[in-house]
Amino acid sequence: MNKVQEAIVRPSGWRGIVADWSGDQRAFKNVSWGKAMMWIFLLSDTFIFGLFLLSYMTVRMSTIVPWPNPSEVFALTIGDRKMPLILIAIMTFILISSSGTMAMAVNFGYRRDRVKTAVLMLLTAALGATFVGMQAFEWTKLIVEGVRPWGNPWGAPQFGSSFFLITGFHGTHVSIGVIFLAIIARKVLRGDFDRERRGFFTSRKGNYEIVEIMGLYWHFVDLVWVFIFALFYLW
Amino acid sequence: MVDGTLGAVGAVPPAEVEDMELYHPKSWVTRYVFCQDAKVISIQYSLTALSIGLVALVLSWLMRLQLGFPSVFSFIDANAYYQFITMHGMIMVIYLLTAILLGGFGNYLIPLMVGARDMVFPYVNMLSYWVYLLAVLVLVASFFVPGGATGAGWTLYPPQAILSGTPGRDWGIILMLASLIIFIVGFTMGGLNYVVTVLQARTRGMTLMRMPLTVWGIFTASVMALLAFPALFVGAVMMLFDRVLGTSFFMPALVEMGQQLQYGGGSPILFQHLFWFFGHPEVYIVALPAFGIVSDLISTHARRNIFGYRMMVWAIVAIGALSFVVWAHHMYVSGMNPYFGFFFATTTLIIAIPTAIKVYNWVLTLWLGDIHLTVPMLFALGFIVTFISGGLTGLFLGNAVVDVPLSDTMFVVAHFHMVMGVAPILVIFGAIYHWYPKVTGRMLNEALGQLHFWITFLGAYAIFFPMHYLGLVGVPRRYHELGEAAFNTPSVGTLNAFITIVALIVGAAQLVFLFNLAWSLVRGKEAGGNPWKATTLEWQTPETPPAHGNWGKELPVVYRWAYDYSVPGAEEDFVPQNQPVVARAGAREGAPA
Ligand code: HEM
Ligand SMILES: [Cu+2]
Repeated sequence: MNKVQEAIVRPSGWRGIVADWSGDQRAFKNVSWGKAMMWIFLLSDTFIFGLFLLSYMTVRMSTIVPWPNPSEVFALTIGDRKMPLILIAIMTFILISSSGTMAMAVNFGYRRDRVKTAVLMLLTAALGATFVGMQAFEWTKLIVEGVRPWGNPWGAPQFGSSFFLITGFHGTHVSIGVIFLAIIARKVLRGDFDRERRGFFTSRKGNYEIVEIMGLYWHFVDLVWVFIFALFYLW
Repeated sequence: MVDGTLGAVGAVPPAEVEDMELYHPKSWVTRYVFCQDAKVISIQYSLTALSIGLVALVLSWLMRLQLGFPSVFSFIDANAYYQFITMHGMIMVIYLLTAILLGGFGNYLIPLMVGARDMVFPYVNMLSYWVYLLAVLVLVASFFVPGGATGAGWTLYPPQAILSGTPGRDWGIILMLASLIIFIVGFTMGGLNYVVTVLQARTRGMTLMRMPLTVWGIFTASVMALLAFPALFVGAVMMLFDRVLGTSFFMPALVEMGQQLQYGGGSPILFQHLFWFFGHPEVYIVALPAFGIVSDLISTHARRNIFGYRMMVWAIVAIGALSFVVWAHHMYVSGMNPYFGFFFATTTLIIAIPTAIKVYNWVLTLWLGDIHLTVPMLFALGFIVTFISGGLTGLFLGNAVVDVPLSDTMFVVAHFHMVMGVAPILVIFGAIYHWYPKVTGRMLNEALGQLHFWITFLGAYAIFFPMHYLGLVGVPRRYHELGEAAFNTPSVGTLNAFITIVALIVGAAQLVFLFNLAWSLVRGKEAGGNPWKATTLEWQTPETPPAHGNWGKELPVVYRWAYDYSVPGAEEDFVPQNQPVVARAGAREGAPA
């Protein structure tokens, strides 16, 4: 078997990149397969979200019926004050906070601190689940008020269609993230990555790196939310 | 040629990553059915794709029977005809060509050619196949649901795709969209594997610029597919919503049979943009692997290094990038702003430059080559010829003014069949004749192969060449019957009957090929490890067919590019990529090169 050795000293900056790409074995030195795969997947997923948002903007411009006013539709009456966008503000705050806890989890993962990593991942999952829960609340509220994918009381039917489509697709991403956070947190807690326990299907050795890969996905989902927030709720 | 990037011969950098850990099958099921070995997955992909491709072939016979002998076959009514074209087109483009070139050839050749033991994530790779199979089954199911398969045309343009006049609007269109979505999910799992394997799992000494062009083609096509399929995904999801939930993403206000429909305010043109943002790159997703493979076939069977290797690589990358900015040349007649037409005609013609470079380089590779007219070589030459004819008509259609009268005529059908139907299919056949010995350890029968080639090649010209004429006199595409129109002259009828007869013969000739595949598996000549005396790594495996893990204990080390054929002074007329020193004729053993 080939012995793994430190690569020869490489130049830095642009010359380094050129050297890496004209070298053998790996184009991105020091990037593992798993991370490379997640990055490329996220690039592809960016195209999906980007095209969904572009399509939403196109139908918003093509429809001749006026578009409902988001700050009225997405307002909650608390006490007797009408608070525009209050729920979305809280949801956004929660999701962004979960990015923070995720980043801390990654950090503790690299220090091989089993318990702290797992707790922070579970906290991230809990924040994610809260986000999905609040989204469910928002969906229910709008459905009760008569918003349907094919129409709504206030204006262009494309409002409901795009709303359910885009927030639904994003919510699915968050939910999948929550499930995987829970699964990986369990593995961390059980010590799979300290003992390099082999995967059941893959028979590859477990590694704390998976926490970081999970982190990439999670930050991406949060970042996408910022765009949805800006383009759907604030426009 | 030992290029300079890695310094002198022998100075290969040490391994940077540990050797790959493989899943070792524990039972028959994990060895042959739910198998994680890319080679088995490749065979599964290829056989599934060929089987569903046969369905598309039979559909093309039925369409041809109707066109050649109108009203003789009463079961092919207008609705059935539309269903046949739609399913034929979609199956051929996506479920056959894309699947076999990326899932089939990609899986077999990428790990072997870059010197890896397997794809980087074999388990995900395995899932990719099973999801693809599910997509195929959902597609096939659509033939059997009430109302039958969709007849919307392979472009599935709304609003008609989901209106009640279109056959299969009840279930067919739903299953078609679902199947496409599933296909894309499955492809993504595979595509990520192909891309990461090429980027991050090459063996020692294998630089990007030493990779065989086959790998370059499949790699670039995979990257493109990961960026283009999202558009189809988004379009399919939104149309599914329009059909099932009654949303109006693509649906304008409509009156049907005097009744105002519930739809309104959507943009049908939006779907066309999404479809062709996927659809045009798709043409090159099919073409680039074919380009790559054909370069290697030509170089190997003409015993000559590929002409302008670097140019070939950059041409592949340039075509891949440019093909994302030409999509609206399919929409000249959709009522776009004419300035858009100007922009897209320009970009389209720019793509002709790298494409022409490739054609010149193939021809220059053949120039003064020691051409062996083996079956793979015949198919490769056939590809160059058909690709040139198809490419030239593309220059006509790429110009907005010329396209307007030709759009939606048989001229378009002739063009795209030559360039993305026949040409890639010829490469696929050539590639199967070339690599079958590695996959099975036996050669395909040469005589049957020659017969298959000549019938297919000449037949393809006899079928599709006359269609240019039909298009020029004005015969429209997607017409079930021509009726008494002015363009329906006696010569049109005769030609249509002629085309149909040839199409049936060409179809039957494919049975020869299938028979050859089965017969040679048992009776074929023993191939040995490297029957074509080729340089690339897959021919240097310790065992043929390669074992699980491809290489023995040690991974191969690469010292040179893939095209050291007929090196002057060398003892043999080829130097494998993993051979450090060129053995000089008459020189003492192991002398430095
Ligand atoms: C024996 C070989 C083939 C024959 C005889 C054949 C024949 C036909 C015919 C008769 C049509 C319908 C023309 C019309 O009425 O508009 C058609 C459409 C089409 N074919 Fe083929 N074909 C063959 C192979 C292929 C291959 C290999 C591809 C792969 C790219 C392909 C892709 C298509 C597409 C995309 C359409 C358009 C469908 C539509 O209009 O929606 N065909 N073909
Ligand atoms: Cu195009």
